[in-house]
Amino acid sequence: MSPALRRAALAAALTLAAPAAAFAVQPGEELSDPAQEARARALSAELRCMVCQNQSIDDSDAPLAKDLRVLVRERISAGDSDKDVISFLTARYGDFVLLRPRFTWETALLWLFAPAVLLAGLLGYLVFVVRARRVEVAGAGLTEAERARLEALLAREDERA
Amino acid sequence: MIAETGHYALVLALALALLQSVLPIWGARTRDAALMGLAGPLAYGQLAFVALSFAALTHAYVTSDFSVVNVVENSHSAKPLIYKISGVWGNHEGSLLLWVLILTLFSALVAFFGKNLPDRLRADVLGVQAMISVAFLLFVLLTSNPFARLDPAPMEGQDLNPLLQDPGLAIHPPLLYVGYVGFSMAFSFAVAALIEGKVDAAWARWVRPWTLGAWLFLTLGIAMGSYWAYYELGWGGFWFWDPVENASLMPWLSGTALLHSAVVMEKREALKVWTVLLALLTFALSLLGTFLVRSGVLTSVHAFAVDPARGVAILIILIVFVGGSLALYALRAPTLKQGGMFAPVSREGALVLNNLFLTAATAAVFVGTLYPLALEAMTGEKISVGPPFFNNTFGPLMLPVMLVMPFAPLLAWKRGDAARAARAMVYAVGVAVVATALVAGFARGGPTLAPLGVGLALFAITGAFAELVERSKLFRAPFAESVRRLRGAPSSTWGSALAHAGMGVTLLGVVAATAWPSEAVVALKPGQSVSISGYDLTFEGVSQRPGPNYASTIAALTVRKDGAVVRRLEPSRRLYAARQMDLTEASIATFGLSQLYASMGEARGDDATALRVTYKPLVTLIWFGAVIMALGGGLSLADRRLRVGAPRRAAKPVPVSAHPAPAE
Repeated sequence: MSPALRRAALAAALTLAAPAAAFAVQPGEELSDPAQEARARALSAELRCMVCQNQSIDDSDAPLAKDLRVLVRERISAGDSDKDVISFLTARYGDFVLLRPRFTWETALLWLFAPAVLLAGLLGYLVFVVRARRVEVAGAGLTEAERARLEALLAREDERA
Repeated sequence: MIAETGHYALVLALALALLQSVLPIWGARTRDAALMGLAGPLAYGQLAFVALSFAALTHAYVTSDFSVVNVVENSHSAKPLIYKISGVWGNHEGSLLLWVLILTLFSALVAFFGKNLPDRLRADVLGVQAMISVAFLLFVLLTSNPFARLDPAPMEGQDLNPLLQDPGLAIHPPLLYVGYVGFSMAFSFAVAALIEGKVDAAWARWVRPWTLGAWLFLTLGIAMGSYWAYYELGWGGFWFWDPVENASLMPWLSGTALLHSAVVMEKREALKVWTVLLALLTFALSLLGTFLVRSGVLTSVHAFAVDPARGVAILIILIVFVGGSLALYALRAPTLKQGGMFAPVSREGALVLNNLFLTAATAAVFVGTLYPLALEAMTGEKISVGPPFFNNTFGPLMLPVMLVMPFAPLLAWKRGDAARAARAMVYAVGVAVVATALVAGFARGGPTLAPLGVGLALFAITGAFAELVERSKLFRAPFAESVRRLRGAPSSTWGSALAHAGMGVTLLGVVAATAWPSEAVVALKPGQSVSISGYDLTFEGVSQRPGPNYASTIAALTVRKDGAVVRRLEPSRRLYAARQMDLTEASIATFGLSQLYASMGEARGDDATALRVTYKPLVTLIWFGAVIMALGGGLSLADRRLRVGAPRRAAKPVPVSAHPAPAE
C-alpha cells in the first residue's frame, strides 16, 4: 500500500492521523561527508514528498521521495549551495515542493495572519488599559466618606489576598 | 432485527432531541416551569435511545453480523475481540455515532448535576445542547447510516484498517471526542447566557469545570494520539503538523485560553465579552475539526467536490452553529456589562497576555491548516504548508506563554507587585541559567538554540512551583510549618502548578528528543552489530511468526551495554491478509526517560536486513508532560467540585491553614 493511500485511509478513519513512513533514509543513501549529509538532511526536511500528504522527503518511504533524496545529495556533492538546490527543485516542481511557503503576494495572508491577530489583540488590550486608567482618574473625585470606605475595603481585600 | 432496532432508536432520539431543542427554551421565555422541567427527562431519554443504538451496532460487530455494510467494511471474524469493539468507532459512521453518544451523555450529565442551576439557564443550556444533537442525529441518519444492510450478506468482512488495530487506537478517539464534545457545554452555556443577556461569576463557575473536564480529556487524547503515531508509524516522529492533528490542537489551544479567561471572569467579573466569545470559538474549532476530518476535504479538494454530500452537510452544520452563535453574540454582547478593572501588572494582566498569545498561536495553526485548501479552491494553485512554517510561527508565539506562565500565579488580582514576583522567581531563573550553561558546555551537536530550550523548560518546571514555595514560606519558616502550609494549599493551586510544570516537562522532552537524537541506518547480516549512544545492537536474524489475523516477519536484535545483555528488540513487519496491507511494527526499549527505537525496512536482495535504530533522549517526557498536565487538571477539578454551582461568589480564600482542602 502506498504511503499516500495509507494516509488517506487513516485520515478517513481517524481523527488523529499522521504520516505513515516506515523507513525514510535507506542504508547506502547517505553521503560520506558528515557536514554534507547534515545539510542534505536539513534540506530534505524542508522539501515535500509530492505524492504523499504533508510529508517531507526525509520522512517518506515513497519511491519519489527516495529519488528526490538522491537528487538533493547529488546536487550537494556537485557543489550546489542550499539555495541552488532549492531553486533547482522549485524550477522543476514548482512551489508545491516547499514545505515552508515563500513569502509572496499569494502567501502574505498566510504569513501575516497570526501576527495580525496578535497585534489586533494587543491594540484592543491597550485601548482597554487606557480606558481603565481614565475610569480610575474619573473615580478620583470621591467624597471624603467614600474615600474612607474605599480605603477600608481595600485594606480588607489586601488582608485576604 | 437488532440493527433495525438500533436504527429506529436513533430516529426516536432525534424526535426527543427536536422536542428538547424547542420546549424548554419556549418554557424559559414564557416562564412555564412544566415545559422547562421537560428538559431533564428528554435528555435522559435521548441518552437512553442513543446508547441503545450504539449497543446495537456494537452487538453487530461483536457477533460479526456481515449483513450490516458497516461491519463488512470494517471487521473480520478473526479479529481479536477488543478490535471488534473498537472497530465500532474506527470508521466514519460509527465514530459519528460515538460523537452523538458523548453529546447526549453530556446533556444528561448537565440535567443530572445541574439541579441547582437557575431554572431558565438550565432549560436554555439543555435546549442548545439538543440543537447540536438534532444536527448530528440528522447527519447520521441522512448521510451516514451505520445500520445499512447488505443482501446477500458476504461470508467474511474486509477487516479493520490494520493501522487502527492497536490498543492505543481503541481509547484514543473516545478520549478525543469527550474533549471535542465537552466543549459543546461551554458553547451551550455561552449561547444560553447570550439569550438570557446575563453573564456573571456564577456562570463562569458553572462553565469552568465542564471546560476543564473537556480540556483534560482532550489533553490525554492528543498525547495518546501522538504516542500512537510515534510507535506505530515506524520512524519515531511524535508530531507532524498534519491537518488532522491540527484539528485537535486548535480547540486545545483556545480551550486552554478559555480556561484561563474564565478564571478571571469568575474571580473578578472581568473579560466577560471575551470569555463568551472564546467559548463560542472553542466549540466552533471542535466543529471545524470534525469537518476537516469527516468531509474528506483534506485528502483532496477535488475528492470533496466529487462526493460532497457529507462534507456539505457538515459545512452547513458548521455555518449554522458558528454563524448563528456569532450573530447572536454581535447582537447581545454589547449588552453584557463589563466588570472589574485591573492594572496591566496583575493576575488579570498576565492572564490576558496568556490569552492573546494562545489565541494568536491558534490563529497560526488555523491559517496554516486551511490556507492551502482555500488557496487551491480559489486559484487552483497548490502550495505546501509544513512543519517549517509552524515552527516559525507557532513556536515564537508559544515562547511568551511559557515565559509568563510561572509569573501569573505570583501576581495579585487587580494590581500585582512585579518586583515581589520577580524575587520569588529568582531561583527558577538561576536553575534555567545554570542548566543552559551546562547543556551548552557539554552537549555535542544539535541546534545552537537547543540549550536555551532546555533552560526555558526547566524555568517553566521550577517556576511552576514558585507560588507554592511562597505560600508555604519554604526555607523561611520551620520545615514542619511549611509542610503544613503545603498540605493546606487548595488543590486548585496544586493543580495549576502541576499543569504548568507539565508544559515545561513536555517542552523538555520535545527539545531533547529533536535536538540530540542519534540515528543509525544500516543493512545488517545476521551476527553483525551496530553501536549507538553506548548501546551495541547485534542482529540475530529474521524469523516468521503468525498472528491472529496477520503474519509477521521479525528481526531480532540483542541490545548490550558494556558487554552485558540488557534488552531484546524485535522490530517486525506484518502482512494483514484481508487487506493485503504491509505494516511496520517498531520495537522500543525504554531506558530511564529515553528510548531506543528500532524499525525494520523492506527485505533486500542479499540476506542483509535494513534496520533503522534511533536513540531518543528524554523522549518519554513529551507524553509524561501531558499526563502531568491532565493530572493537574484533575486536581483542580477535584477542588472545583466542592464549589460548583454555588449561587453566589464564595468567600475569598481564607487563611490557608484554617481551611484545608479535603480533596488532597
